[in-house]
Amino acid sequence: MAPVPLIELIGVAKSFDGGRTYALHDVSLTVEAGGFIALVGSSGSGKTTAMKMINRLLEPDRGQVRFEGQEVGSLDAAMFRRRIGYVFQGIGLFPHMTIAENIAITPQLLQWPTPDIEARVMELLDLVELPRSYAARFPHALSGGQRQRAGVARAIAARPRVMLMDEPFGALDPVTRDALGNAYRALHEQLAMTTVMVTHDVQEAVLLADRIVVMSAGRIVADDTPGALLAGHASTEVSALMAMPRRQAERIRTLLESSGRQGPRQPAHG
Amino acid sequence: MAAKALGSPLMDERFASTLSLLADYTSQHVLLSAAALALGVAISLPLAVAASRRPRLRFAVLAVASLVQTIPGLALLALFYPLLLGLSALTAKLFGFGVPALGFLPSLLALAVYSMLPILRNSVTGLLGVDATYLEAADGVGMTGRQKLLRVELPLAAPVIMAGIRTAAVWTIGMATLSTTVGQTGLGNFIFSGLQTENWISVLVGCTAVVTLALVVDWALGAIEAAVVDRNAIGMVIGLAVLVLGTAAAAIPLIGSRSHGYVIGAKNFSEQFILAELMAERLEATGHVVERKQGLGSAVIFRALAGSDIDAYVDYSGTLWTNVLGRHDTPSRDAMLDELTTTLRERYGVTVLGALGFENAYALAMRSARATEAKVATIADLAPLTPRLKLGSDLEFLGRPEWAALKQAYGLSFAEEKSYNPTFMYRALADGGVDVISAFSSDGRIAAENLLVLSDVKHAIPAYDAVILISPRRRDDEALRGVLAPLIGAIPVERMRQANYMLDRDTEKATVQEAARFLADGVERQDR
Repeated sequence: MAPVPLIELIGVAKSFDGGRTYALHDVSLTVEAGGFIALVGSSGSGKTTAMKMINRLLEPDRGQVRFEGQEVGSLDAAMFRRRIGYVFQGIGLFPHMTIAENIAITPQLLQWPTPDIEARVMELLDLVELPRSYAARFPHALSGGQRQRAGVARAIAARPRVMLMDEPFGALDPVTRDALGNAYRALHEQLAMTTVMVTHDVQEAVLLADRIVVMSAGRIVADDTPGALLAGHASTEVSALMAMPRRQAERIRTLLESSGRQGPRQPAHG
Repeated sequence: MAAKALGSPLMDERFASTLSLLADYTSQHVLLSAAALALGVAISLPLAVAASRRPRLRFAVLAVASLVQTIPGLALLALFYPLLLGLSALTAKLFGFGVPALGFLPSLLALAVYSMLPILRNSVTGLLGVDATYLEAADGVGMTGRQKLLRVELPLAAPVIMAGIRTAAVWTIGMATLSTTVGQTGLGNFIFSGLQTENWISVLVGCTAVVTLALVVDWALGAIEAAVVDRNAIGMVIGLAVLVLGTAAAAIPLIGSRSHGYVIGAKNFSEQFILAELMAERLEATGHVVERKQGLGSAVIFRALAGSDIDAYVDYSGTLWTNVLGRHDTPSRDAMLDELTTTLRERYGVTVLGALGFENAYALAMRSARATEAKVATIADLAPLTPRLKLGSDLEFLGRPEWAALKQAYGLSFAEEKSYNPTFMYRALADGGVDVISAFSSDGRIAAENLLVLSDVKHAIPAYDAVILISPRRRDDEALRGVLAPLIGAIPVERMRQANYMLDRDTEKATVQEAARFLADGVERQDR
């Protein structure tokens, strides 16, 4: 018999214009501990809104959000958020603080002893594969990919059990994006975290997540494993969405096979 | 010519006497500005934080601050005086003590209010300008509202806020010169007394000191601002050290040395400076500590005396008669003095110690030679000739009730009436541009330019006997009365004119101290 789910959204609705239109209609979603859920959908589908409900960056107009069975509205917002890692596209590394100070911020708010914080910062720089010498740098002196790594390090600094990520790798070049995605997935396994990731990139969702939740116009239209969704779905919208990575994968396979027949050759350019 | 003047011993003495006041004026100026700026920041910053959160409050706060900014600085200072006077009466009634309505407090409040707009506006702009990304990040990492403000919003808005504080600092240091008019000593004393006595060295020293002070403070705040942007602790320490040590150094002369003695007041023209100096030096000669509050506005000074913020000053019977008692009749000199003495005592507890012996009245004057030629000795003699004569006046005379009264009483109708700045008025009379001028009867230029004051035989305008007034607090102070009593009846108008001329002449100006000593010599000669 399953224990209480880690995160539950029950009949959640949210309007940003006093009830004329709804960004979320009656959304219900359950996230089990250890899961890696991707929320996908076009912009305006409500995926970010749904995610921000979880750590109270937004409050629902109707319905309930629960964490470990407790209604999040009853928890102290700031204290609660310190237990949840949060990474978003803008990253939001504080420009007036060094990388070390940025990473240290949540442990500091939790009043960890200073030596522990310093040790943790070094440990995290290693973990996200940033040189330790970067600790004293300011965010503007880092590349986009390095900043995103620092953002992940900051989010997991206080050893949260849950990570919320909103387009975490969106602004990166494809190579960095792939590398960072894989590195994060490894961290997720290694630290036994629960991850909710918002992305508009279905391929990324398929490659990283255990479960994909497709949203459209403020409603959940599909909720299944990547394999099941790739195999087909009753909704044409979902099928069309999932067809894209499959088509791309098939095309790449064909290309690889044809080049395999011709044998290896020098790449056209470096 | 300037080089010759600067080289003369007289110029050196004036320069030296100006510089001797520099330390005291600067330290008072620094303390007032620092306190006002600190108060302004202390009020504005929390207000800006609140306003940045609430659009409606923001609108109201910025509108009020902008409105205050449009009030001329002098008027704002003058407005705080009656406000504090009322407050003082209230606290005296409720708690048994009054608050000082003159000097430091009104200056502090007016300057603090004045400094608020740039700080408010920049702080609100800075806080609203913080990128939403960082605010979301601050929430995301689990900061409380307070932590978000202190660790993210204020540091990120700091450069804009600092720029506002710099603007406010420069404004405050400049505006603080005006506090002279409500009895707060500062670098403004150089400027106001210098302008009145046309002592340009004093004006120049005052302006230079104000500008230097403003530049130093702006530099220090700029260093702090740059250090905030670069997160450079050393720069911040240096900038702060300059400000804190500068303020502390300014406070040193005031520590301990503040045994409150007599406070002698003066309005803002030469004669008043000389008479106040004369009274102050007599008190100091008998071992008393004296504070001088010079350059007070005519409207403020009597109330300051009635409120015992100052202990003694010289006013003029006609001014008190019309402005304080609100009377329009013109009794004889003696009758007016008697009635003033009883009424001021009854209504305000103010003592009229007595008349100094000269009048400083509005009068009409002509060149003596011209008057003899035309056989004119009184205004009545002048009246029939006026349709063929031109009148030159100072800038306010033609609008004053005295002029209306003269015109009506004697039926004066000049061919032409022109207003001048006093220096040019005398010049116009000298070169024949005008035939008759308005003059103050104790003006030194009357004797120097060989003018005849035409007597007001019909007593159309009241007498303006110079009288010493003593505050309610000092009414029974025999020591004060004893020191000032020998001045009563001891200053004839010729002597006063000569003393005034020492300051008002265009070349070889004397210092206020020298003119006061010249008067004192005359008093002593009479004593003997």
